Amino acid sequence: MPLLKGGALIDDPWQRLADDTALPADGAVIVSFARWRAEREVLLARSAPLGVLLKNTDPVDALAPDIARLQLIALEFPKFSDGRAYSQARLLRERYRFGGELRATGHVLPDQLHHMRRCGFDAFEVAKGDPVTAWRRAVHTFSAVYQPTGDGRAPVSALRRRLLAAAAD
Amino acid sequence: MYRYDEYDHAFVAERVAQFRDQVKRRLAGEITEDEFKPLRLQNGLYLQLHAYMLRIAIPYGTLSSKQMRTLAHIARRYDRGYGHFTTRQNLQFNWIKLEDAPDALADLAKAEMHAIQTSGNCIRNTTADHWAGVAIDEIEDPRIWCEIIRQWSTVHPEFSFLPRKFKIAVTGSPNDRAAVRVHDIGLRMLRDENGEPGFEVIVGGGLGRTPMIGKTIRPFLPKQHLLSYLEAILRVYNRYGRRDNIYKARIKILVHEIGAEEMRRQVEEEWEGLRDGALDLPADVVAGIGRHFAPPRYQPQPTIATETERLRFENRDFALWLRSNVVAHRQPGHAIVNLSLKPEGGPPGDASAAQMDAVADLADAYSCGEIRVTHEQNLVLPHVAVADLPAVWRGLTLIGFATPNLGLVSDIIACPGLDYCALANARAIPVAQRISQHFADLARQHDIGELKIKISGCINACGHHHVGHIGILGVDKNGTEFYQITLGGHAGDDVSLGSILGPAVPADQVVEAIDSLVRTYLAVRQDGERFLDTYRRVGNTPFKERLYATA
Ligand code: SF4
Repeated sequence: MPLLKGGALIDDPWQRLADDTALPADGAVIVSFARWRAEREVLLARSAPLGVLLKNTDPVDALAPDIARLQLIALEFPKFSDGRAYSQARLLRERYRFGGELRATGHVLPDQLHHMRRCGFDAFEVAKGDPVTAWRRAVHTFSAVYQPTGDGRAPVSALRRRLLAAAAD
Repeated sequence: MYRYDEYDHAFVAERVAQFRDQVKRRLAGEITEDEFKPLRLQNGLYLQLHAYMLRIAIPYGTLSSKQMRTLAHIARRYDRGYGHFTTRQNLQFNWIKLEDAPDALADLAKAEMHAIQTSGNCIRNTTADHWAGVAIDEIEDPRIWCEIIRQWSTVHPEFSFLPRKFKIAVTGSPNDRAAVRVHDIGLRMLRDENGEPGFEVIVGGGLGRTPMIGKTIRPFLPKQHLLSYLEAILRVYNRYGRRDNIYKARIKILVHEIGAEEMRRQVEEEWEGLRDGALDLPADVVAGIGRHFAPPRYQPQPTIATETERLRFENRDFALWLRSNVVAHRQPGHAIVNLSLKPEGGPPGDASAAQMDAVADLADAYSCGEIRVTHEQNLVLPHVAVADLPAVWRGLTLIGFATPNLGLVSDIIACPGLDYCALANARAIPVAQRISQHFADLARQHDIGELKIKISGCINACGHHHVGHIGILGVDKNGTEFYQITLGGHAGDDVSLGSILGPAVPADQVVEAIDSLVRTYLAVRQDGERFLDTYRRVGNTPFKERLYATA
């Protein structure tokens, strides 16, 4: 599946490892949360990049102690209408300060990219359509937003305050 | 009233453009109906029995005369010349074409209106006390807080795919007129021991299939924490609310299953990570929103409105109307005028384009250009000078909105029911019409006194039958419409859910049944008792005995 990242389609450098596949000596791998729990020591001992795939019922706080040692976390959308991973994403970025790649996988639709991006996702396995066009749409649809999230955009309330402060100067 | 600034204008315009593009892609087959559904729902488009319905948000039930004229225009241009005010303080148009929806939304945007999040599994239009800003008993105007919530919840990226819809209500007065205990979140304004206003936070109330009264999880929340606290509640719900069964997906089920204490613990824990952050509400931001809701400049009024007094003395209809439809105002010499959208035998909550325009004209002439929509499907002119009451009454009489029946037996709430709704078991509107005709005698209605009848066409309870003094629920028995009757529900501070009286009655016996209940009440009531008081004193038995003896 093509991977949308930084507004372009790229080849996915990561290998998604099934739980019963042997761990390769090197190469970037994504393992399930269950495998991460079972083989944490071995996985962290490798020198290659490591990613963990969380189901939307897996506890994000379990990754917190090792968050700086992970290069990727993938969150799953079993159905596009199941929004649990949005909360997981914000917790990972905003509370646990995860700085690696946050990937959306599963039923990822073009019209959701805007929300995903605002919640901290920066890589997307888009299930259908033309992801690059969809990305452009997601970035440019709204010139302002109403909520502060970890994406750093100043919400409308902050913009208004700035206007008032400038007027008072 | 809240006025959009350049950011709000840009946002709704961009939202319309986005939806226009989505509709285009849907019509071109690039998006499946399944994928399109949440997109159109979050823009207020709902597929009904015969056509698309467009549900327009009327935030906290406040409208300007200009906005009312825009609604009239939409009714004429894109619908069949009328609209339907709902129990959510919204307006629904029942005959919209999908292709027309983006144009209708663009017209709305010009009047600072939208249909964002009026449907779908997201945070819906926040409702408030319809006498906000003019009621005598108010601590603070709840609309300030509703507007803050409206902005925060608009296209919230984390909470657009919740387990189920989510409704928040705010009351600015200790006397709850917003039914805060039967919402997903209810906020009740009160003062702490230092006199500082804040909120009691109530979670997990709701009607529908499993009616529940909300639990207080925080007795007092200082105002500046409102949004971080709401975000904490929503996050707990988004992560742990049930998604395996649509009927168990509302937050009330989560609260019920884990218990109010555990809910409180989880919310408080989540809140610890959110409080005092970017969602904190600085006083200047609140004041900036608050300025929009400053009271209008009232004209000085004479101490005695001679013409009003004379007419009250001479005209019985006017006197009745004053008694039931006109309420005391905070500003001396002014009154709150309630418009009844429940004419004898009419469908509750309907208004034609001509009626909407006429209300807008009356608002301009006599109510500082302002109108309110109530969750009881009526309208309000909130700022009328007492001296202008005769003129307003004449104007309302001409358009049929002066029926003096507010809060009386014919002021019935009814959901769209089988006439429009794909989920209905039975009709609701025609039942309301027949009851209203039966009790047409206004002197008798005033003698019966306060009595709230609420009708739902199915268990989803959009007509709030659980909190009707008399609740009527449409059920299907082998393809025939039957109606189950509940007694003793109430949506105020002393909230209660109605209890089922006995076997459901067939459609042709509903009016007789209601008549029997009213007669029982009249026979056993004591001095000064309303229907609800009598019911609470004597219980089901006398009502049941009489009803099922005659049936
Ligand atoms: S109560 Fe049932 S019939 Fe009435 S509007 Fe709601 S879903 Fe439709």
